[in-house]
Amino acid sequence: MQLVWDWFRWLNESTGINLTIFYDQFDRSRFASGFLMTVKLSVICIVSSVVIGVVGAWIQGSRLRVARTIVHWYIQAFRNTPPLVQLYFFYFGLGSLLKAAGGGPLITNVTWAIVSLSFFAGAFNVEIFRSGIEAVPRTTLEAAESLGFSRAQAYLRIVLPLAFRISLPALNNNLVNLVKTTTLAYAIAVPEMLYVSSQIWSDELNVPVMMNVLLICYFVLVGILVYLMHRWERAIRVPGFGI
Amino acid sequence: MPEANSEPIVALRDVHQSFGDVEVLKGVSFGVAKGGVVCIIGPSGSGKSTLLRCINGLVPIKSGSIRVADFEVHNLHTDQEKIALRKEVSMVFQQYNLFPHKTALENVMMAPIYVLKEDPKEVRERAIALLTKVGLAAKQDAYPGELSGGQQQRVAIARSLAMRPEVMLFDEVTAALDPETVKEVLNTIRELAREGMTCILVTHEMRFARELADEVLFTDGGTIVESGRPAELFDHPRKDRTRAFLSQIL
Ligand SMILES: Nc1ncnc2c1ncn2[C@@H]1O[C@H](COP(=O)(O)OP(=O)(O)OP(=O)(O)O)[C@@H](O)[C@H]1O
Ligand SMILES: [Mg+2]
Repeated sequence: MQLVWDWFRWLNESTGINLTIFYDQFDRSRFASGFLMTVKLSVICIVSSVVIGVVGAWIQGSRLRVARTIVHWYIQAFRNTPPLVQLYFFYFGLGSLLKAAGGGPLITNVTWAIVSLSFFAGAFNVEIFRSGIEAVPRTTLEAAESLGFSRAQAYLRIVLPLAFRISLPALNNNLVNLVKTTTLAYAIAVPEMLYVSSQIWSDELNVPVMMNVLLICYFVLVGILVYLMHRWERAIRVPGFGI
Repeated sequence: MPEANSEPIVALRDVHQSFGDVEVLKGVSFGVAKGGVVCIIGPSGSGKSTLLRCINGLVPIKSGSIRVADFEVHNLHTDQEKIALRKEVSMVFQQYNLFPHKTALENVMMAPIYVLKEDPKEVRERAIALLTKVGLAAKQDAYPGELSGGQQQRVAIARSLAMRPEVMLFDEVTAALDPETVKEVLNTIRELAREGMTCILVTHEMRFARELADEVLFTDGGTIVESGRPAELFDHPRKDRTRAFLSQIL
């Protein structure tokens, strides 16, 4: 391994391409932790935004008028405002209201970023799943009903599996956007990849190099997500059905 | 032939049904004897589908009564009661409405397993037997999207039969099919009727109705305009409205 690090040191000395994140122990560990923070934000937000989407879409199809109205306004609020403003709202607005006994913040900036980004992407996921559910023909549901399926069974066994397949392409897009939007957590000092990179380039003055590193890292991260989603899409594909 | 004095297995009395302000069924009464075959004909929008859906308990009726075997269909409330009714009467739709993400075999197996909670191994055997009966044993692992319209419709019939119903409802099940495949579906239904299954069919296949039906009902504007044995109704319609309709489609 030392050989690799030394090669990057040599690269810097001979060409000026200064990748401190490889040969400098300190930069290496802070970049690695930033990378992992981005992965962590992405994975947690993907999972919770999908949960929000499924639950929200289910509520929108329910008979509870009050719950439907709440979900409706939740979607409007989060779709029609910039995610950065939402992040500030949660961190500086709500966050300052929730002080711990000692005066310090009750909820960390990382948690606020997760909450904020999950609700942001979740609002779109509700819409995505709802339109998927609406695209399942009423007559298919009627057939299930005429075979004696209860409403819950019909949803679980027939409507949701179909709606999910219909929703996948749109869901893909939204989740890719979500991974890219995690960079906004920079604004509330969450030590994710962009944030640590900016620290590194102000110390080392290697801005252009770090910019390229960032581009490549996000490209690879999003690429992995797209690849996984694509494989999954193919695995559950049904011959002769839609997509 | 149904026995003349047996109590009807399906009996409707003065059934009214409306969507909003529009009255779709305006007092429909008829009965079907066990093992009998009744064909319903009539112009589009006359309420034929609605009538079948009422008998299946898919839509509640406004007034009147519907009885199927021992069930007061207009009086079912709990899910248990509705499920019990589904065991008596099963419906096949014009658009097949198979579950597109399940294979032919799974389509047939689902309701007995999840609704009737029967043993999957037993259900599987029965499902294969049913697919064989409708001539599709070779297609059991095909998805609906890989089947022709006629094949899908026969899977749909097998799926309904898997509930072991006493009464089968067919709503224009051949209307979406090309003439060649109509035959294979009609053959399946004919076989069922001959085995003594009670059938109520909405159909415009007049030759088929003439051959199989014990009684033909002509509906228009939410009422039964005229009913009778097929030979009578087709050859000597009493009402002008019936005559006009028949002259259009024959
Ligand atoms: N869910 C509904 N909401 C409102 N009106 C409906 C609904 N379903 C049916 N109708 C109306 O009820 C009337 C009867 O419809 P129905 O489908 O029973 O006719 P049909 O005889 O089966 O016609 P077709 O031969 O075209 O299938 C029509 O005027 C239709 O517009
Ligand atoms: Mg109809």
